[in-house]
Amino acid sequence: MASFKPTKIQVYPKLGEKVTQDTLYWKNYKAPVQIKEFGAVTSIDFSPVTPHNFAVTAFTRIHIYGPFSQEPVKSFTRFKDTAYCGRFRSDGQLLVAGCEDSVVRLFDVSGKVALRLFKGHTKAVHLTDFTSDRYQILTGSDDYTCRLWDIPNATELTTYREHTDYIRCGVTSKLNRDLFITGSYDHTVKLFDARVEKSVITMDHGQPVESVLLYPSEGLLVSAGGRHVKVWDLLKGGQPLVSLKNHHKTVTSLALSSNGQRLLSASLDRHVKVYSTTNYKVVHNFDYAASILSLALAPDDESIVVGMTNSILSIKHRKNQEDSKEIAGQQRRRPSYRVFVKGKNYVPKQDDYLVSKPVKEHLAKYDKQLRRFNVSKALDTALETWIRFRKPEITMAVIKELDRRGTLKNALAGRDERGLSQLLNFLIGNFVDARFTPVLVTAAEMILDIYQSIIGQSPLVDRQLLRLQDLVEKEIDYQKELLEVLGMLDTMFASSLPRKEVPCSGIGKSNGLTQGEPSTSKPQLQVT
Amino acid sequence: MVEHGDIRVVHCGGSKLNFRDPVITHDSRFLLCASGEAVKVFSTSTEECIHELRGHTGLVTGVLLRPSNHLQVYSSSLDGTVRLWDFTDGILIKTCVIGYPIYSFYASAKHENVIFIVTSMPSEKRAERFQLVAVHLPQSGDQLVEARELSAVLSGVNPNPAAIAFGRGGEFIASVNDLQLEVYFFKKQKSYRFFLKEDNKKGGWNTFTCVACHPKDDCIATGHEDGKIRLWRNFNHKKEYTYSTLHWHHSAVSSLCFTPEGTNLLSGGVESVLIQWRYKQESERDFLPRLGAAITHITVSPDGSLFCTSHSDNKITIIQSCVKVSAVIQGLVKGDSIRTDLMMDPRSKALVLNGKPGHLQFYSLQRDKLLYNLDIVQQEYIHESGLQQFEVVKAAFDASGLWLATVEERHQKAAELELNLKLWAFDEQTQSFVLNTTISAPHDAQITAMSFRQTADSQTTLLVSTSKDGHFKAWQLAAPAHTEDEGPSWLCDFVGAYHGLVPECCSFSADGSLLAVAFQEVVTVWSPATWELLTTLSQPPGAVSDLCFGRLSCSKYLLGTTASNLLCCWNLLTCSLEWSTSMDVRRLLVDPLSENMAAFCYQSGSTDLFVFKPSEPRPLFSRKAVCSGKVTQAVFAPREEMLESCEESSQWLNRSQLYFLTQQMDLMTFTTKAEEDRLLASSKQLVIDDTVAMTPFYLLLGKHRQQQQEHRDSDSSLWAERTALPQTSASIKELLQTPAHVLPSTSYLCSMFVQSLLISVSDVREEKAHAEEEMESEKEEEDSEEEMESSRSKPELVAAATESDAPALTKAQARELRRVRKLDHSWLAGLLDS
Repeated sequence: MASFKPTKIQVYPKLGEKVTQDTLYWKNYKAPVQIKEFGAVTSIDFSPVTPHNFAVTAFTRIHIYGPFSQEPVKSFTRFKDTAYCGRFRSDGQLLVAGCEDSVVRLFDVSGKVALRLFKGHTKAVHLTDFTSDRYQILTGSDDYTCRLWDIPNATELTTYREHTDYIRCGVTSKLNRDLFITGSYDHTVKLFDARVEKSVITMDHGQPVESVLLYPSEGLLVSAGGRHVKVWDLLKGGQPLVSLKNHHKTVTSLALSSNGQRLLSASLDRHVKVYSTTNYKVVHNFDYAASILSLALAPDDESIVVGMTNSILSIKHRKNQEDSKEIAGQQRRRPSYRVFVKGKNYVPKQDDYLVSKPVKEHLAKYDKQLRRFNVSKALDTALETWIRFRKPEITMAVIKELDRRGTLKNALAGRDERGLSQLLNFLIGNFVDARFTPVLVTAAEMILDIYQSIIGQSPLVDRQLLRLQDLVEKEIDYQKELLEVLGMLDTMFASSLPRKEVPCSGIGKSNGLTQGEPSTSKPQLQVT
Repeated sequence: MVEHGDIRVVHCGGSKLNFRDPVITHDSRFLLCASGEAVKVFSTSTEECIHELRGHTGLVTGVLLRPSNHLQVYSSSLDGTVRLWDFTDGILIKTCVIGYPIYSFYASAKHENVIFIVTSMPSEKRAERFQLVAVHLPQSGDQLVEARELSAVLSGVNPNPAAIAFGRGGEFIASVNDLQLEVYFFKKQKSYRFFLKEDNKKGGWNTFTCVACHPKDDCIATGHEDGKIRLWRNFNHKKEYTYSTLHWHHSAVSSLCFTPEGTNLLSGGVESVLIQWRYKQESERDFLPRLGAAITHITVSPDGSLFCTSHSDNKITIIQSCVKVSAVIQGLVKGDSIRTDLMMDPRSKALVLNGKPGHLQFYSLQRDKLLYNLDIVQQEYIHESGLQQFEVVKAAFDASGLWLATVEERHQKAAELELNLKLWAFDEQTQSFVLNTTISAPHDAQITAMSFRQTADSQTTLLVSTSKDGHFKAWQLAAPAHTEDEGPSWLCDFVGAYHGLVPECCSFSADGSLLAVAFQEVVTVWSPATWELLTTLSQPPGAVSDLCFGRLSCSKYLLGTTASNLLCCWNLLTCSLEWSTSMDVRRLLVDPLSENMAAFCYQSGSTDLFVFKPSEPRPLFSRKAVCSGKVTQAVFAPREEMLESCEESSQWLNRSQLYFLTQQMDLMTFTTKAEEDRLLASSKQLVIDDTVAMTPFYLLLGKHRQQQQEHRDSDSSLWAERTALPQTSASIKELLQTPAHVLPSTSYLCSMFVQSLLISVSDVREEKAHAEEEMESEKEEEDSEEEMESSRSKPELVAAATESDAPALTKAQARELRRVRKLDHSWLAGLLDS
């Protein structure tokens, strides 16, 4: 005797974004904290030492925020004009920043007034950085030069005049005190060695370079400019590895996640994209309200800080790992109902007479009703508000099962105004869902057949029927348009694809070879 | 054409089990049922077939326990004989020739040596009229007797065995036919007839379908076409009869049965629910639902502990006291509904085809037993006529048997086609297939063909399905893309089409490097690695209906059959037609283990078979008129062990065996003479003790025992001596092991002891003269020993003596010791090793 086979609830493919490990990781952030700055946020830099404060350069100020503070813990306001590129030294004690007025200022993080002023540039300085030996400063300016300065004496050490346009970005090597890289609007990225007079490697990015980034291993270099993000292999003399074009506006900022597995790029198109550094595919995407100018990640990805053109600083903090785990654990521990089975672990002895009881199978309510052939009741159960809205696939499965049993008509018939309107509501809600349409069309036809005599008796039902009609008409128009687009695309593809010749041997009179072009299309995934 | 005298087409397995109602023996241990031309004896506990009672030359139409001897059974057949068997040993005791085909037969304890048979009326011109005839079985010791004393009892009866029943100890017999119930009383020699109207007001059909009589009470239960059951009482009066009606079934009642004590009435029908009505409290009833298929017969064991239902899907269910199904005897399910091709499961070497609705059956050809049913549809089956059910229409195995792909479809008139492609993975732990992926609506229209890439190293398994929507799709096992998925699932890898033509069939080459898809007249060859169209081949006119790649040395050939009766062979190296011949090939098959191909051709009402190699012009084997009708389903089954046939004509059968289904849904195969001889020999060997059911466990252990025995037998004459021992040693042992203080007097013991020895000598007949001499001397020795008995204090001495010095030993003890030494203990070692 086989047991009753419960109705199979079909698992429908999830529409929309697919849930991957990456999405889970990057979604695990709290709602962003938004802070209004005085102007566009051009640069954000995290302090390398705990508690990992970060310096935000916006307009004429540099604010330093603590990891969880809403208010700046410190601000440097002594700029005559727009400040640029506030960066921490590797010990987190000093901060350097360029300025529109061509003066580079060095601050003690605990002080207020600039310790040193480096004067020499003739135009705005957009790039400042400390070298890895901590005693020198690299600056790049709109006067096409980049210079190295000595901190103790505040004197200029070297000037490089190789770029032919504004220098807007650059980075110093963390491993070698003599190496640094600059990117310029003349489309090139240059690697300089302070021990020699000129650049060692020149890489042509193709667009004005907005941002450069060195991998922690410093074997790979990432440059962003225009819509492109390019990866270069420095160990092979600046050979291009990959060119990524995933933004539709200029990429302004780059960042690496703490473990070096993911690369983030921010762009004026208001997106931050996360790439996997193994295959350079986009694995996640953040949307922001305005064009993004700067982006930084806290160590261990504890927070993502984004500065935008509308002078908003957005800080996303990571959700506390323990908190979420604890909640999940609690939910798992607590059963929905508790059953005490006395003597559950009792092992029968040799002389015991064993009376076996058949295991009672748990059936859902609609299944119980279906087993008793109570088709109307089963449909009622499946149309309960909770199921109808939260799990429409259950309602669908029951309707399908009734249709298979040939009793759908019986189940649909004999309903009062409330029942019918409930049914029509469900129809209207799910009719155009491609996953449900085939089944619901049958049901809708049956409903119309059964209840056509009562049309006009209830204003509620009439209104719903009109809505349904409207919906169907709209859907038909929509499908027509889609077909038109599809036809247009087909023509375009057909003309763009090269005509392929099928190899054909000369022999074979009897073998009537036909020349053909295989029409291949991309697979349509319908797997559930 | 070569003569092939020694290759025969034979029926193979899967005879009907549900043709007539089965019989349970008195001790409820065996179940007998008519199956084709034999009676099968099954064990009710292990479901295994113990004997087949063979001898009838026609279809067996009934099995009955002999009322006077419950260890014997009668069987009747269309060949006009009634045979008496001893079913415990499977021996034919007596054959009684009646001379008329017997459609059903009955016996009752009251009528000794009389059986009642239903046979067609000889006088009547129309063959549809049947009569009930009483036959006196002649009492003679001969094996073959002829029954001459025939007397007609009732005429115009229904040949259906359910339509006649004996009532209350055989006092009367009730027969139903159409709308009439006839009761014949043997004592009064008088019959009463009761009629019903054709249909009542509510439009039910009153036609009788079956009848059963209460064993203790004057009550007749009849089942009707409209699902009603009527209980007739007071029917020994013409006018004052009464009946009450029970109604649960929604369609015809097919079987009724009272329990032996008459406390319950069992009924069953197409709903596949067994209903137990309490007699005289008919409102109370028990149900046993979901028995799988429509019930055709119900029987109850004589002690009432077991119920047994036969089902329309060739199944017998044994039910313990109306609550628990204890055993299911399932035969091969055949019918018009077989829509899948015949297949071989590469793992279990079982034949696979769809049987029960929504299931695939795995049928072991070697053991002629259904291994299991795999539920493909996994939906509650609704027993209702006119309902469109999901049907399994296609199935395919991959080469290693790890994956199974099935297609199920349901086609309703109004709605569109519902199609599901399911992929099943073999689970090593449960040893069965587990659903891996369900793809709903894989294509827009029906799937015409499906094929796995047949590579042995199945790292990248690939499935191709072709459909009437003009596309073929390649499905591939892919790693989970999402985190919430558990394991790998199947995804569409490629969609191909060719000028909007409808693909009819597809085939992978043996190494899996080429895929051929036939789009009507054009065969396209693709490379599955890159999905490039390599070449196209065509041979108009006529659409290609079957495609096969050659194997092994013929792998460069691609064979196709076209609708315009052409068999074409293309050479893939030159992309040209190698040869073609005109024949109406219905099914083209390739032997997976050799280069051979088989083609079933339909010609003038019958099917011919050709077995050939694509590279050779002459067929290896051809046979005209293999069977009548078309053959569309066939399979090559690899043999477990290769045959060594040196004859050229039968060499193609060496590696694999060819099975096919005829239009009448008979499973047939080809056998060679040598094979038949071998089978016959093996069947003689396999005579099994009927007390032990033939379980795999028994076979395992039993074989081992046999080996041991052979081993022992071959030892020497020494063994013969030892086998004689137990009889003698029993008394010796008794003598030796009883404590001395409880033993009776020696004189008493002596006579007893001597007597036991005398018996033992007479028992052992096959002892050699030498052994007898020894025995005699032994006897003397024993006697002398007996005399010395008093001197021996303890029986344990024997054990002690083996260690102590020789002088203490008596002669008997010394001999015993010698014997022990000579014994071969190697069997013990063998036992330990195993």
